[in-house]
Amino acid sequence: MEDFLREYLPILVFLGVAIGLGLVLILAAVIVAVRNPDPEKVSAYECGFNAFDDARMKFDVRFYLVSILFIIFDLEIAFLFPWAVGFKEMSDVGFWSMMVFLGVLTAGFAYEWKKGAMEWQ
Amino acid sequence: MAEFFSNTTAGILIVVVAQILLVVVPLLVALAFLMYADRKIWAAVQMRRGPNVVGVYGLLQSFADFLKYIVKEIVVPAGADRAVYFLAPMISLVMALVAWAVIPFNDGWVLADINVAILYVFAISSLEVYGIIMGGWASNSKYPFLGSLRSAAQMISYEVSIGLIIIGVIISTGSMNFGDIVKAQDGNLGLFNWYWLPHLPMLFLFFISALAETNRPPFDLPEAESELVAGYQVEYSSTPFLLFMIGELVAVVLMCALVSLLFFGGWLSPIPGLPDGILWMVMKMLLVFFVFSMVKAITPRYRYDQLMRLGWKVFLPMSLFWVVFVSFAAKFGWFWGAFARWGM
Amino acid sequence: MSAFAFYLFAICVVAGGFFTVISRNPVHSVLWLILAFLSSSGLFVLLGAEFVAMLMIVVYVGAVAVLFLFVVMMLDVDFAELKAEMAKYMPLALLIGVVILMQFVMAYGAWETNPAADGLRAQVTPVDKHNTEALGAILYDQYFLLFQLSGLILLVAMIGAIVLTLRHRTDVKRQDILAQIYRDPAKAMELKDVKPGEGL
Repeated sequence: MEDFLREYLPILVFLGVAIGLGLVLILAAVIVAVRNPDPEKVSAYECGFNAFDDARMKFDVRFYLVSILFIIFDLEIAFLFPWAVGFKEMSDVGFWSMMVFLGVLTAGFAYEWKKGAMEWQ
Repeated sequence: MAEFFSNTTAGILIVVVAQILLVVVPLLVALAFLMYADRKIWAAVQMRRGPNVVGVYGLLQSFADFLKYIVKEIVVPAGADRAVYFLAPMISLVMALVAWAVIPFNDGWVLADINVAILYVFAISSLEVYGIIMGGWASNSKYPFLGSLRSAAQMISYEVSIGLIIIGVIISTGSMNFGDIVKAQDGNLGLFNWYWLPHLPMLFLFFISALAETNRPPFDLPEAESELVAGYQVEYSSTPFLLFMIGELVAVVLMCALVSLLFFGGWLSPIPGLPDGILWMVMKMLLVFFVFSMVKAITPRYRYDQLMRLGWKVFLPMSLFWVVFVSFAAKFGWFWGAFARWGM
Repeated sequence: MSAFAFYLFAICVVAGGFFTVISRNPVHSVLWLILAFLSSSGLFVLLGAEFVAMLMIVVYVGAVAVLFLFVVMMLDVDFAELKAEMAKYMPLALLIGVVILMQFVMAYGAWETNPAADGLRAQVTPVDKHNTEALGAILYDQYFLLFQLSGLILLVAMIGAIVLTLRHRTDVKRQDILAQIYRDPAKAMELKDVKPGEGL
């Protein structure tokens, strides 16, 4: 058990080192660089007018659909991982049950295609 | 002394930190020269000379750029959400770096030898999208916001096919550990034992998906200069911008490492008889990086609807079919067992 | 060492959950929620469940939280109005909170552990197998029906998402790539002989 966690220790430490590196770089500029903001400098990048409204506007519902479909396919991949790892000792039942699972989701995929959900417009 | 480094907490920590620095420092130094190489290749394709002033042949250009970034003023836009604004480039850098913890450079030369290594890289690369979304949202400016939305949808679309391609490789190997994946490609035929041969279509798919995943041209839509100025990076300057740049490039080099580990046998030598070693790994990564920069130089940018079509209607069905194909080939031993390395 | 890691992750989970609830800005809430997810995956690693830990990141942080973020960024919330709304429902919310809390207390008071449970808990996965492999060995075979059921649930989710969100716009020009590729050069252009002074 301890050996197992020992393998994960470098990841935790790496996380710390990477965060440290990022902080050092940002702080370096905060300390070294001059700062003298004025209203024009800090205004948002626009074509020349002042911004008409808040930039965080509503956007197309299509992004929402893409991310739902992504969750579904991501879950499908999540189911595939243990199956692929245990493939060599997989029984026939296990093999075919995954094929049925993929078949069901392919049917969903075909429906999605037919409905035009993947067409960006 | 050896006891101190293997038994006490402080000793173990010192060893781990030293090992991490041994990976990070060469990586960042190499990055400086890779950035230079990228620009030189781009320039050569367009018959320009590229950076050639700082140092011999401009070799020190990236270091000059680095100094320049540090002395530049940090401009925080007026409506920005300060905490998220600074967190975004940090996440971009940290996630790109942390994935290197499980990448082996030679037999056993790996920081964290975990069983689920490839799943870990997959998980971490799915987090890189947050740097971009947060950067675009926090800036409170239209171009960054649009750029980050596009980028998020693009990255998640191509992640699906990357995941499915990885599944194919895992079926052939029977393990998620990079060491096992490389060892499964060993054999007495040298480079013809590697996975690029049986998994050839997936090599192309993986490479193109990697381009989309790292927002490299021809899929650099989030920063499409001609329409979105620079996408999510518009309002960034100084070192926060530098962190985005480093994060992006580290992710590209990570993809180079993944391509060489999954399809080109990592540290294995291509010719039977020659010794294996880290040199092969580095050479393979450099080769893949060269292809990355050539693609950048010679391809025109995709349009967004074409990009989404490619991801969902071409890559997803192809990689899904390939998973089924590989599993049948591995189960029934087609192609002399080339798809089932655990059987050999 | 692992005790330190446990407290680090545990504090991050609790803090993440707490700030998710009290943050004014919904986007900040989602970001705190992500912190809570990430730290709980750290806790899973400490328990030895590395596969579940990675899935936690891939599915919850990499996919579900992106969806949350999209939804929250799309919302056009007026905070003053939201607060007034909330004040109206406060007594009801408090009542529900108290009821749930009491149910928890009652459930906890009546909790009994099966004597065999401790033994089962101590040895969940076989020692000689990684837990991903152990999962793969039983999930697709012994739990065949549940696995197929989850496939059907995913199918329903896919169809539901399309039915609920897909609106076809008629005012846009679409591209039919196959038709473009298979276009015959003979049909693609037409030669016209234009006489001087006449035009087409």
